[in-house]
Amino acid sequence: MVNLPRGSAASIDEAALLARLRAGDEQAFEVMVRAFGGRLLAVARRFVRDEADAQDVLQSAYLSAFRALAQFEGSSQLSTWLHRIVVNTALMKLRSRRRKPEDSIDQLLPGFLDDGHHVEQFADWTAPADRLLEQQETRATVRAAIDQLPDRYRVVLLLRDIEERPTQEVAEALQMTPTAVKVRLHRARQALSTLLRKIYAPSVTNP
Amino acid sequence: MTSGIKPMLTCREFADFMADYLADELSPAIKDSFDEHLRLCPNCRRYLASYKETVALGRHAFEDYEAMLPPEVPDDLVKAILAVRPRP
Repeated sequence: MVNLPRGSAASIDEAALLARLRAGDEQAFEVMVRAFGGRLLAVARRFVRDEADAQDVLQSAYLSAFRALAQFEGSSQLSTWLHRIVVNTALMKLRSRRRKPEDSIDQLLPGFLDDGHHVEQFADWTAPADRLLEQQETRATVRAAIDQLPDRYRVVLLLRDIEERPTQEVAEALQMTPTAVKVRLHRARQALSTLLRKIYAPSVTNP
Repeated sequence: MTSGIKPMLTCREFADFMADYLADELSPAIKDSFDEHLRLCPNCRRYLASYKETVALGRHAFEDYEAMLPPEVPDDLVKAILAVRPRP
């Protein structure tokens, strides 16, 4: 067994590791799993939200990586390359899951009167995001809100706003048109905004 | 026959196309009507502000997430992963 210090992914010499992997060094494969696996497992959890599925994703992703190692050109970092493989594998897992019909997002979208005005009177946002992010609990609060979004909206938000993948790439990964990706992202942000307004901009007319 | 008066953009239209407005993907004429709507409608200004702050919060939501988690993979999982490694 290879012992690695905690948080060792950041300190690893990726070029040297890659050379050892290509030479078929047995220990290098274990280093690759132990050094990057923890963070990658967290990424898989973020997408599939189920520990057993996340572990399946990690295992499948590493298998894909082992097989594709010869084609890895080294133009990106090994950790970045593995991250992308994990996200793509997680998307496949989400597609393959037979899930009960998802909750509608409609109740989280703004309501309008017949004349096109908002039903709700919005309140001022309490503090800018960078100030809120100085507080320890803000990120956890936002993550909990993202987790409340139905999967098909949550995944687009994760891919576009957190993974920062281009619209075209997300469209291809999810087999959607770029326009549909834009619409879904907008609705996901609107829904997230509704959830976060309850905390950071509570309204008097629609608490 | 046209009256020459531009129809006022509704709050619903503003909300529907807000992402395009923020991404600067609207034609100059349409963008002007959005700017005008925003100037006259404090409720949409607040809605836009909440949307922008939400996007900013979302982008940073996971920055410390992995850092807070133990970087180790369970031993059983490491063994399972290494077991599926194709051998030369």
